[in-house]
Amino acid sequence: VSVTRFTHGTVKEVDEMRTRVSVFAALAAALLAAAPWVSGFERDAGRNVAAERWTTEEIAILASLRLRELPPAPDDETNAVAKVPAAAALGKRLFNDARFSRDGTVSCASCHAENKQFQDGIPLARGVATGTRRTMPIVGAAYSPWLFWDGRKDSLWSQALGPLEDPAEHGGNRTRYAQLMQAHYRVEYEALFGAMPDISKLPRDAGPAGTPGEKSAWNQLDRDSRHAVNRIFSNIGKAIAAYERTLTYQESRFDHYVNGVLERNARARATLTPQEISGLRLFIGKGQCATCHNGPLLTDQHFHNTGVPQRDPKRADFGRAAAVERVQRDEFNCLGPVSDAEGTNCDELRFIVSDDPALEAAFKTPSLRNVALRPPYMHAGQFATLEEVVAHYVKSPPAAVGHNELAHKAPHGVRKPIQLSASEIQDLVAFLGTLSSPIVEATLR
Amino acid sequence: MLRFLAAPLCLSVLVLAACAAPPSDLDVSLKRPTDAGKFIVTLQPPQAAPAINQIHSWTINVATPAGAPVQGARISVDGGMPQHGHGLPTRPRVTRELANGDYLMEGMKFSMTGWWEIKLAIEAAGAADKVTFNRVIETRVGH
Repeated sequence: VSVTRFTHGTVKEVDEMRTRVSVFAALAAALLAAAPWVSGFERDAGRNVAAERWTTEEIAILASLRLRELPPAPDDETNAVAKVPAAAALGKRLFNDARFSRDGTVSCASCHAENKQFQDGIPLARGVATGTRRTMPIVGAAYSPWLFWDGRKDSLWSQALGPLEDPAEHGGNRTRYAQLMQAHYRVEYEALFGAMPDISKLPRDAGPAGTPGEKSAWNQLDRDSRHAVNRIFSNIGKAIAAYERTLTYQESRFDHYVNGVLERNARARATLTPQEISGLRLFIGKGQCATCHNGPLLTDQHFHNTGVPQRDPKRADFGRAAAVERVQRDEFNCLGPVSDAEGTNCDELRFIVSDDPALEAAFKTPSLRNVALRPPYMHAGQFATLEEVVAHYVKSPPAAVGHNELAHKAPHGVRKPIQLSASEIQDLVAFLGTLSSPIVEATLR
Repeated sequence: MLRFLAAPLCLSVLVLAACAAPPSDLDVSLKRPTDAGKFIVTLQPPQAAPAINQIHSWTINVATPAGAPVQGARISVDGGMPQHGHGLPTRPRVTRELANGDYLMEGMKFSMTGWWEIKLAIEAAGAADKVTFNRVIETRVGH
């Protein structure tokens, strides 16, 4: 039995296990000759062998998904302390400090729990009230030009400010937070950001997103007072962002496997089971997952409508389409008065897509790192298991709002529908389990 | 029997090709006449290939069919991935007219590898025409 003939001349020789392959083929050929009716075995033998071999093109795709290909998180020029260790240390304390909430019970860590993948494991986030979307993971967020499921924030620090004054999350207000900083973190704050202005005479509770009374109190503040409070408030976000940047993934079994393929290391290649390898092949092949889940974080950082059912059909969630104007008008965006981005271009904001119908009910592609460890799934926790998620993509139903990019009758383009058998869905889910790894906090120096 | 065993292998290669590879006869030339032949347009990509998801600029040159530079053109930019049915992840714009029929196109970004179309609509001196360029973004490893 010739290996060259076996590979049919279309697959380049990339496997060090020629011997094993030829033994497989010879064995299969002998068995088939003896009993031509064992078609199940034919398929299994072919599949096992196929699962071990990758073309040059496939290897290039696999290599591009390795954690090793992840560059350092892009600099955030809007946050002068993004990489300052003392800011990260302060940010970590603020992240875990429940005083920064309406009733003193909710910190960032309440929903972004360290022992739950910095998420909460429930469909809809629960702060001082219940929200309308799923808590997002934090690790790797610094790579994203747009934050939240709908990208309504354009930096990690600006993102951190959203929940602090969201009535359903921390539910607090800006002057309260600024005064808390003055009371409990003044030394650390001033070492990073300079002297704090005197805000002791300002009302205890005032903010533009609060109760009618808080809004009214905020509107009565003079411009300088509002700016002073906004600066302290934004610096809370900048410290928290510095902490969040220190959280990273380690290499997963998938990364070890791909390293093994590239380095021709048979032991590393044995890291994945045949079923997981089969799932990986589907992931980059006919499952089309890697179309959007690309790069080392397995996300294109973009927004897509994939026909995920609305959590509450009576109150439709328009996703990205409703967020574009919000981020453009956000006083805490790249171009705003407390952004440190002097002289930078704010290109993401300048060249934002604002009028594409594809933004209707589009949500951000999440990273798939550690995905198996953090059910439930989708932007409002609509699916409890990965099997349900993959089955949804195979079904690709029409979207209730906007247009499902994956719908089987796409209005434009030549994309083929995703078609997977029940066992292929299982293989794909098995593969997703190989993307898990510990989360580590980079050492602060 | 050997052919039988080889079938799943070839099939997986073909399926991948059908999903991810651009058409083999794709015209990727960067100098093209517009659809009705009113202009000759040349796209100049950045000198160093940008990373995936990195915003960058291109230069567009617009000339008459006789090769004379076209000035004062209004150029709008569109595009996307025809195989995936989505548009560009940013909304690039021509922000400045340079010299000799050159225009600066800012805000370009590719969010993934594969076949991208860049579509330009050009209006100048009472004439309007369109042109589509094809760009294949490759997987870059080891940057």
